[in-house]
Amino acid sequence: MDFLSKNLPYLLAGISVGGQYALIAIGYTMVYGILRLINFAHGDIFMVAGLVLIYSTTVFPLYISIPLTIIVTVILGMSIEKIAYRPLRNSPRMSVMISAIGVSYLLQNLALYITGGLAQVYPTIPFISSPITIGPATTKVVTILTPILMIILVIGLMQLINHTKIGMAMRSVSTDFETSRLMGINVNNVISMTFVIGSFLAAIGSLLYFSNYPSVIPTSGGMPGLKAFVAAVFGGIGSIPGAVIGAMLIGIVENLIKGVGWTTFSDAFTFVLLIFVLLFKPTGLFGEAATDKV
Amino acid sequence: MTKKKDTIAAIVLLAAAFALVALLDRMLPSTGIIMTVLKKGCIYSLVAVSMNLLNGFTGLFSLGQAGFMLIGGYTYAILTIPPADRASVYQYFDGGIIQFAVPFWAGLIAAGLVAAFLAWLIGLPVLRLKSDYLAIATLGFAEIMRAIFQWDKLGPLTNGSNMLRKYPSFSTLMFPFAVAVICIAVIVLLINSSFGRAFKAIRDDEVAAEAMGINLAHHKRMSFCISSFFAGIGGALLAMYQTTIQAQAFKSNMTYEILLIVVIGGLGSVTGSVLATFLFYAASEWWLRFLDSPLMIGSFQVPLLRSGFRKVVFSVVIMLIVLFARQGIMGDHEFSLSGLMKLLRRKGKEASANE
Amino acid sequence: MSDPNANVLRLDHITMQFGGVIAVNDFSMEVNKGEIVALIGPNGAGKTTAFNVITGVYEPTNGTVYFNGEPIVENYPRGKMKKLYLGDPAMVCNKVISRTPDKITKLGIARTFQNIRLFKKMTVFENVLIARHMRSRANFVSATLRLNAQEEQANREKTLELIRLVGLEELKDDLATSLPYGKQRRLEIARALATEPSLLLLDEPAAGMNPQETLELASFIREIKDKFNLTVFVIEHHMDLVMEISDRIYVLDFGKMIASGTPEEIQNNQHVIDAYLGVQEDE
Repeated sequence: MDFLSKNLPYLLAGISVGGQYALIAIGYTMVYGILRLINFAHGDIFMVAGLVLIYSTTVFPLYISIPLTIIVTVILGMSIEKIAYRPLRNSPRMSVMISAIGVSYLLQNLALYITGGLAQVYPTIPFISSPITIGPATTKVVTILTPILMIILVIGLMQLINHTKIGMAMRSVSTDFETSRLMGINVNNVISMTFVIGSFLAAIGSLLYFSNYPSVIPTSGGMPGLKAFVAAVFGGIGSIPGAVIGAMLIGIVENLIKGVGWTTFSDAFTFVLLIFVLLFKPTGLFGEAATDKV
Repeated sequence: MTKKKDTIAAIVLLAAAFALVALLDRMLPSTGIIMTVLKKGCIYSLVAVSMNLLNGFTGLFSLGQAGFMLIGGYTYAILTIPPADRASVYQYFDGGIIQFAVPFWAGLIAAGLVAAFLAWLIGLPVLRLKSDYLAIATLGFAEIMRAIFQWDKLGPLTNGSNMLRKYPSFSTLMFPFAVAVICIAVIVLLINSSFGRAFKAIRDDEVAAEAMGINLAHHKRMSFCISSFFAGIGGALLAMYQTTIQAQAFKSNMTYEILLIVVIGGLGSVTGSVLATFLFYAASEWWLRFLDSPLMIGSFQVPLLRSGFRKVVFSVVIMLIVLFARQGIMGDHEFSLSGLMKLLRRKGKEASANE
Repeated sequence: MSDPNANVLRLDHITMQFGGVIAVNDFSMEVNKGEIVALIGPNGAGKTTAFNVITGVYEPTNGTVYFNGEPIVENYPRGKMKKLYLGDPAMVCNKVISRTPDKITKLGIARTFQNIRLFKKMTVFENVLIARHMRSRANFVSATLRLNAQEEQANREKTLELIRLVGLEELKDDLATSLPYGKQRRLEIARALATEPSLLLLDEPAAGMNPQETLELASFIREIKDKFNLTVFVIEHHMDLVMEISDRIYVLDFGKMIASGTPEEIQNNQHVIDAYLGVQEDE
């Protein structure tokens, strides 16, 4: 009990951060499921969403800037796929991965240019930034809101994937690219849709995530991006529930580690976890094994 | 026969380069822009070639280069800070636990060896992974290294998150040039040896390579360790060049930049990597500098030009190369005199055919 | 059972099961020294899987592979497979011997691949030279410092000799993938020979060849067999080739051996005819 009350703030923060990672992780896992590509730029898309909100709030009120941020992020995600990944569709996987790294590099340098290298103060979003008290811990509403919103979005997404035509097309493309094409599925549309969903969730994740931080810098996307990717691997890449569980676990454990006072290692933990997962269960919790034909 | 000629030509060119470097050291101020480009070019050439050995020649997509540079740089710094200066460097840690110093050359070699040893350790598990998983695992490893080196409990050794300084460094261009030439020469000899061929075989087809009796685990580990050895030396050179070193700086972006250099030069081309490194630093530190400062033409202010624009233009160019010139400058060929002659002759023929 | 030392290769109750699918079921066979033995069967009968088990690419679910009388691969259903195992329970062994493909090649078993697997970015010469690497004694330091010049020279000569043998001398500096199909197959054989095998496994060496080339291949296989004192085990679809060169034939269908014997025996075997032509029902 003593342990709980002492660690409750960290646990709450963990659940909240975990939910935010989950929203990013879904983007990774869906793209990987379909293109077998680690979208290194996904974390930077998340960062750009943060910057867009900052800049748009200087001109528009929040009720316009929030939808605007989401729209801009979605368009960005889609365009990256069209410009940087689609031309390389038939190239070796290494080329696409290099292109993704190039996009990440470009987005960070662009952000550096636009922000002038200065940390940009994240606006206070009313309601979600207001304080709330739970038992012995005081926190922001966003902490409680994140897991709830995340669960609603994930349920919606699962409905979309399991019960709509486009969802069926997505499942089909992720199983077999070529056959889906033969079956008359417009593979390019499905891939675009995947990036739309991924970027949409990243934009929401960004709203929630940055509400906890004072500011956004061009490299803000890197760490959460990598952690979300690890979460996706942990859960079994391609599996959405897996990504959510992985993200929650990483969020909670890294905050508990902070609680113990080993802050230095809260980031390192993620990667130790990654290496362990890859060694002992490379397919993750819910992933399926693929075999190479000789 | 052409091979022999090429070797002779390469030796002559190298001798000329050494003479030129000696001359430049006398003529140019050691902190000028050209010297900066050349010094960085030498250091990162070595790192780029070491990464190419892994990514281009062995087909292992590793993103741990910054981590191994970090290890190399720190090893060098920790081992070579004179004991007299340790109290001031390790001011928060009572002068640290190491109270001796080795000569700089021993520090350089140790930098490579420690990096190679850690590569061996980390390689045991991660080299079993396939392409993109290997990339993310090595990237993760580099991040862990960064965290560990900043850990305050290791402060007596690493100085925690404070910088290390006062270790021996260099001011001439000759030093990084000579070290880079020696190291790259060794890598080239390795690549052209029986082992280099085995690496390429693994890159081209793992299953066939294994069927030819090549022990995959053994050779991958070897390539990984050798690459890390030279990345470690590269890290030590970087530490010397900067005169201070801080773990904070060795972010994944550093690895990305080196990877992009390798891609621009051509995966699988040593001369390509070297050429691309010098172009990269000449462009980013020198030729594109003007993009970073506002420019007035008459009363017209040229738009967009301000701090940071250089890097944007630069990354766009890189993206264009990645998308439209995927082979990079050299593809997987090497620059050689006979190759150049052949190209010129072919161009000449085409020109005369067009007339 | 004959003296096991007489056979170069012996498969003992080999079963290979992937998940719930049995690719090879309780397959036993042997190849004697100096023989050319063929393994035939319809597509998907498990022939290449059998090769992959012998060469260490797959670990069999059950059974033992003997090479020159020594067990080189052995396994039995264990762990998860214990419950899932669907093969014919034919042998009781409780040892596990597993080797990676390179170790098996080192023992003296070389192979070619059904879907040609040459090193794409390398020349014809380099493709063969690679195979000499395994037998070299140089370590990476001595190789880098060129202290192995003598050995390297010997390897290059041997390589050239093999390339000459398969008639590719003039193309030796061309990229391997620029060769026509038939020559790529020959190059694969040269590469396999460069590992100094005593047993050569050929996986559909005549695939994609015209009758003339197939005929040449038959005499070529005999030639190298005699020259290098080889034992040859070949998977093939071209019946002309099989009947021409084989001393004995094994027939697989749906992973099961359905017949074995001399070419004449196989030609007249009703099971084999059924497997290839399909059983006529309700005649």
